[in-house]
Amino acid sequence: MAATQTVTTDGRFGHDRRVTLPGRFALASGQALPGIDIAYETYGTLNADASNAILVCHALTGDQHVAGANPRTGKPGWWPRLVGPGKAIDPARHFIVCSNVLGGCSGSTGPASLDPATGKRFSMAFPMITIRDMVNAQARLLDHLGVGRLAAVVGGSMGGMQALDWAVAHPDRVRSVVAIATAARHSAQNIAFHEVGRQAIMADPMWQGGNYADNAPPAAGLAVARMAAHITYLSEAGLTAKFGRRLQDRTVLGFGFDAEFQVESYLRHQGLAFVERFDANSYLYITRALDYFDLAAPHDGVLAKAFAGTKTRFAVVSFTSDWLYPTAEARRIVRALNAAGAAVSFVELESPFGHDAFLLDAPEMVRVVDGFLRAGEQ
Amino acid sequence: MSLRPDLAAVADAVPPGARVLDVGCGDGALLAYLRDRKGVDARGIDVLAGNVASAVARGLSVVQGDADADLGDYPDGAFDMVILSDTLQAMRAPAAVLGELVRIGRRGIVSFPNFGHWRVRASVVFGGRMPVTATLPVSWHQTPNIHLCTIDDFRELVTDLGLRIESATFLSGGRRRNGNLANLMAEQAVFVLGRGV
Repeated sequence: MAATQTVTTDGRFGHDRRVTLPGRFALASGQALPGIDIAYETYGTLNADASNAILVCHALTGDQHVAGANPRTGKPGWWPRLVGPGKAIDPARHFIVCSNVLGGCSGSTGPASLDPATGKRFSMAFPMITIRDMVNAQARLLDHLGVGRLAAVVGGSMGGMQALDWAVAHPDRVRSVVAIATAARHSAQNIAFHEVGRQAIMADPMWQGGNYADNAPPAAGLAVARMAAHITYLSEAGLTAKFGRRLQDRTVLGFGFDAEFQVESYLRHQGLAFVERFDANSYLYITRALDYFDLAAPHDGVLAKAFAGTKTRFAVVSFTSDWLYPTAEARRIVRALNAAGAAVSFVELESPFGHDAFLLDAPEMVRVVDGFLRAGEQ
Repeated sequence: MSLRPDLAAVADAVPPGARVLDVGCGDGALLAYLRDRKGVDARGIDVLAGNVASAVARGLSVVQGDADADLGDYPDGAFDMVILSDTLQAMRAPAAVLGELVRIGRRGIVSFPNFGHWRVRASVVFGGRMPVTATLPVSWHQTPNIHLCTIDDFRELVTDLGLRIESATFLSGGRRRNGNLANLMAEQAVFVLGRGV
């Protein structure tokens, strides 16, 4: 990211930062953490009246490296089509913040962190966390960075849930919310898929009740969890277009359980690559946080009440082939925002790529986000 | 920016600073005008994703949706004015949509092409063909219009629904004209509706 500007004299701003936020951090469960670490990156410069800050929220297995290369994997950031020089979220105009979520495994406090009370890893002693806890941790990070009010919170999938929750938990701190390919609650089907993944991890003998060694993680279980989840990120049409029933490295059926079909080989690759970069216990905790998510629950199930009186502008985007967080869930959000009298925009975009569409080439999505953000800057 | 004559007639009926919902707002041209010139709190709904994207890119709050199905989401009295501009004739249930207009808005503004205009009548009666005119530019098999009506038909429906006509504007050749023989002479009509007779 050659064009990224950073405030070089201030150690809070720049790439690959980590801050320890001391003091008891209260969680939605009623439990607390004795201080938390948050890993984050910033791009661009906070302007004089601190009015150009945009928080970008990552999805389940994402991290803080939204626009710059990931120092561990060397791969480019996960949202290059939306965030970067000349893009809709532009370090030349915006002060961009992206942090690793609480419970994550890319530098923020999570189950792999050391419990100061015991000097050992938290593992399964880590308290349950929620999307609200992630949002509150981000709010503490923004306090540290000197950002009072955000021009926008932008996120897709789990990041979209955080963006929505920001407007509910900290309404006075958010001018605009962009929520893409997301929902205001986890459905029974969403929870069901997550349970498959968690059971795969916990059934792996290497899991050891969560107390696995660094060099001996429950790799097989985590890979299976990722394979199952990955299917939900795609679509039948997308899989058929990409793989069909084509065979991998062979011309005739082998009548065995090797990865004979290309789609099998692809999924196995996805599973194995994931094990390299993600912690199994983090996966358990974050999927649980997603399952707990239901913005309407504290309001007698009436989602509009969660947004009552909101002054925040909203843009909601869904994709036609997303069956993980389908358009019906986006419409539920829009309906509630309309009922709450909120300034809301919504568009369902045509895409064959399923849930993952928000990470792929989606020029209409970029156009909508760019127009929405620019209108908020006038 | 100059508006199409029928849109200008609609815009004239909107008071400054009003909360406005434009149903079938297209790419948001009217809403952007109302926002920029009249300081209205502008909201829109349109069925086409491309239109919505264009409107959002203009900085408008527009929701992709189907007026026939989605107006029920809005609470009573949410808006001062609800606009149905050149859209009524494409609705599956025009009567229900008119009822929704004055439920979610204090007033409704409805514009539509008059199927009673003499050129339309002549096309059918003498030409034996469905009309293709300036206000009905698309041939019968491609038109989105499924519920065309005349000005008199509209007045009758409004009366049947128990709505009040607060004002009416008639256009012909892009110019306003008086109400004399409007059902025969006007190409387009713009009605402002209120609740109750």
